Amino acid sequence: MVVPVGLGAADPAPAAGAEAIVTPTVTDIAAAAEAPVNGYSPDLERIEIQLLLEGIYRHYGFDFRAYAYASLRRRIWKRIDSDGLKTISALQDRVLHDPSMMERLLLDLSINVTAMFRDPGFYVAFRRDVVPALRTYPFIRIWHAGCSTGEEAYSMAILLEEEDLYDRARIYATDINEVVIRKAKEGIFPLDRMQEYTQNYLRAGGTRSFSEYYTAMYDGALFAPRLMRNIVFSQHNLVTDRSFAECNVILCRNVLIYFDRTLQQRVHKLFHESLPIYGYLGLGSKESLRFTGFEDDYEAVDRREKIYRKIK
Amino acid sequence: MIAVGASWGGLKALRAIAHGLPAHFRVPITFVQHRSKESAALRELLQDCTSLIVCEVEDKQPIMGGYVYLAPPDYHLLVDGDEFSLSVDEPVRYSRPSIDVFFESVAERFGPAAVGVVLTGANEDGAEGLRQIAARGGLAVVQDPRTAESPIMPRAALRAVPTAQTLPLERMTPYLVSLDTGEENEQGRRKRTGGTDEVRA
Repeated sequence: MVVPVGLGAADPAPAAGAEAIVTPTVTDIAAAAEAPVNGYSPDLERIEIQLLLEGIYRHYGFDFRAYAYASLRRRIWKRIDSDGLKTISALQDRVLHDPSMMERLLLDLSINVTAMFRDPGFYVAFRRDVVPALRTYPFIRIWHAGCSTGEEAYSMAILLEEEDLYDRARIYATDINEVVIRKAKEGIFPLDRMQEYTQNYLRAGGTRSFSEYYTAMYDGALFAPRLMRNIVFSQHNLVTDRSFAECNVILCRNVLIYFDRTLQQRVHKLFHESLPIYGYLGLGSKESLRFTGFEDDYEAVDRREKIYRKIK
Repeated sequence: MIAVGASWGGLKALRAIAHGLPAHFRVPITFVQHRSKESAALRELLQDCTSLIVCEVEDKQPIMGGYVYLAPPDYHLLVDGDEFSLSVDEPVRYSRPSIDVFFESVAERFGPAAVGVVLTGANEDGAEGLRQIAARGGLAVVQDPRTAESPIMPRAALRAVPTAQTLPLERMTPYLVSLDTGEENEQGRRKRTGGTDEVRA
């Protein structure tokens, strides 16, 4: 049984034994409300954040209302601090009356930090466990959901090229944010990260020299145009848009962690509908199907690297 | 929720804490240890010292008593309602997981039911988070810097929360266990509440 518990430090005498389990009570919350930080009680903060998100949704149509609260809260405060504002209401005022502020906040709230060959072990497992199956397909469709600036989509293109599968593959790389999609299409990544990426590439089982894939320019590393030829970058909103194609593989790594559990379930439903039987699903290394309600519909191909195969 | 942050020298300190926890300990306890992406063995090393179940947190995992939770490497750990959540936002002060990020979310969620513990470390992570835990009425505990492998982190935490309970490592676990069984006396609690105001002022 799931028993969420806090430590009843504020209670005078917690009961003995198993009864010492304390579910945070209304009293706890009321007590927390009496201890403001930066003039905020948790309750008031939550109210203002909900108002902000509701306003953004109704005025601009971007729906962050089912995003994971704790991360969202951090990102909102970061924007408030960097603009020298004091309260969430002040940010709401600016966002609703100034579209350029909305654009900045949109970047804050929707960009996922990523890297080429992030979690090299994932790519090793993909080569070992997924590529043999892909070889038997005449055409391979991969949906990379939440691709951000494209680093992992290019990584997959490199892997498929090295496995001699890229000519018959298509990578649909999507993100909610048009700004990052534009950036992804350029195929230019910061030069100062190439050392890290080279390390990742080698540990991911890369078979060539990583520098073959890019040209160093004064302002960045330009990736070979041939890698781009079978990637289709486009704007897609996992929260509101529908499935657009049946895919053999869906990769969605470290994107759903920003959604609350209800929204995660909705997106998993979308993924499930977009995969055929024996289609593959790749998640981030600390994401799990355990809490989504879809656990029984997949079998683990690599439990550690979070690669699953749809079985029903 | 007991939130424990450690950096340099943390393995030894965390093992010592885990070792003393009794099998019937019901308060969820979470370790945030700075470490490299590749260090996968920490969970096993901690599991060797305790009969409680040590688990590396996965996204949306429910928070339950009787577990020792461990922040996974290369993610920030946060609490969201009755669950954990993870993020890959930028490292904070070069750290991911960041102790401050975790402590802040614990302060927001648990208020006076939060306990923050800052152990050995060679940076200042955890100080701001501990300040927020204390400011929301939670309990701040710091390893006695003289007994820490690296005193920088506990010293920074004490500057942020001068009224924090300071304990040598060997008395840390008995103290945390006494909180669970309600042995902490009223005097300690009053001192704490008074301390909170000072910190805020």
